[in-house]
Amino acid sequence: MKKLAAALFMLGLALLTGQIQAKEWKEVRIAIEGAYPPFSTVDQAGNLQGFDVDIARALCEAMKVQCKLVKSDWDGMIPGLLARKFDAIVSSMSATEERKQAVDFSKKYYQVPARFVRKKGSTIEITPERLKGKTIGVQRATIHDKYLSDNYGDIVKINRYDTQDAANQDMLAGRVDLLLADYTALLDGFLNTPAGKDFELVGPPLTDPKWFGEGVAVAVRKQDKDLRELFNKAIDTIRADGTYKKIQDKYFDFDIYGQ
Amino acid sequence: MNFGIILDNLNLYWQGLLLTVQLTVLSLGLGLGLAIPLSIVANSGNGLARGLVFGYSYFFRGTPLLVQIYLIYFGTGQFEGIRDSILWPALSQAYWCALIAFALNTGAYTTEILRGAIKSTPRGEIEAARAVGMSTAMMYRRIILPSAFRRALPAYGNEMIFMLQGTSLASVITLVDLTGAARIVNSRYYSPYEAFITAGLLYMALTFTIVMLVKWLERHWFAYLRPREG
Repeated sequence: MKKLAAALFMLGLALLTGQIQAKEWKEVRIAIEGAYPPFSTVDQAGNLQGFDVDIARALCEAMKVQCKLVKSDWDGMIPGLLARKFDAIVSSMSATEERKQAVDFSKKYYQVPARFVRKKGSTIEITPERLKGKTIGVQRATIHDKYLSDNYGDIVKINRYDTQDAANQDMLAGRVDLLLADYTALLDGFLNTPAGKDFELVGPPLTDPKWFGEGVAVAVRKQDKDLRELFNKAIDTIRADGTYKKIQDKYFDFDIYGQ
Repeated sequence: MNFGIILDNLNLYWQGLLLTVQLTVLSLGLGLGLAIPLSIVANSGNGLARGLVFGYSYFFRGTPLLVQIYLIYFGTGQFEGIRDSILWPALSQAYWCALIAFALNTGAYTTEILRGAIKSTPRGEIEAARAVGMSTAMMYRRIILPSAFRRALPAYGNEMIFMLQGTSLASVITLVDLTGAARIVNSRYYSPYEAFITAGLLYMALTFTIVMLVKWLERHWFAYLRPREG
């Protein structure tokens, strides 16, 4: 009888503390990639920097919670979130149908189209005939990867990289004919750097929500509805009080929030 | 748990398996071909040649395989001189970069395994070979190397398994080997367990093949040690 009572007491305690944890977010661990300039990079001291990082910090301030930024590999983001290695992803992740099967998304915090990049002087155009047999570099497990696999998977060779940086490097080395990535990531991470001077955008901006989703948002576990609501409110707050604008102007000379 | 996604992607895994086997077999073959002459040099009287072999094997045993792959793949792509050279058609392909890195890596370890095995050849065998008037070349061919291979086999069996597992690093430079296939399936369905356990089981099956091969070779090469039958 004593044992049973003790067990019940422990169970009650577990439920109670579980509930407390679910209600109050004292510390939120946020995953950021750190290899996706200008959204996230790692500076010389090893600290995370970039638009995503500033937004994450601003959101935490608006939510009045302690935040711990965790650097995580891109293709381990969603598995890591589900495995409770961290509580949210603020790492330029687009809210797509596939990902919504696994996680929940806040409202968007920015939205940019996807673009192709080719070497200046190249004659490649974005049509099925002209793309045939070409090699396209893309970051593994991104919406761009999915878009290419679904639309051109049979006619092009897709080189999948762990980071966008690695894909850019291989474009520079001439191992790939085209890159496909977010417009801003291409601009600031490649085209506007000294290394990218011999390369240019090609083809139309791609925005089809079937692949490119409804914008970039914060991902949380499906059961953490409360945390998602906190992020939604925080996004509204920083949009309204000018914090968002201040961060945006630090990185971009156009409206990154989109329509 | 949904293993339907594995069935849907069987072909991807099959292609990955073929590439893994191909990379393993070719790099082991090239590495062994490199290691036999180098291990003989390492036991020779020429101090300079010995030093060079030591330098090679120390570099490839002293750095992680992943770093070697990065150096050969991304490192070579950085220099215009290399990009314009006749080596570029090979070095621009992830496949050749991986194969070069794997072959040089396993070559270094195999050189050390064989070097030790050659060094520990019983004095009497060499004296007997000399006594019947064998030249050094013939002595190596008939006496020292066969005897060294026997002693090296258990350690080399391990090296073969290490190399098989090592080929999984090919997936970081865009190759779709067994691990690459698993990473694609994982990223498409967010099912790391199903994706990687399938790859893991296939690696285990390949390892089993290597273990059986080594067992068979042991039985063959050590036949003279078994008691006479019948």
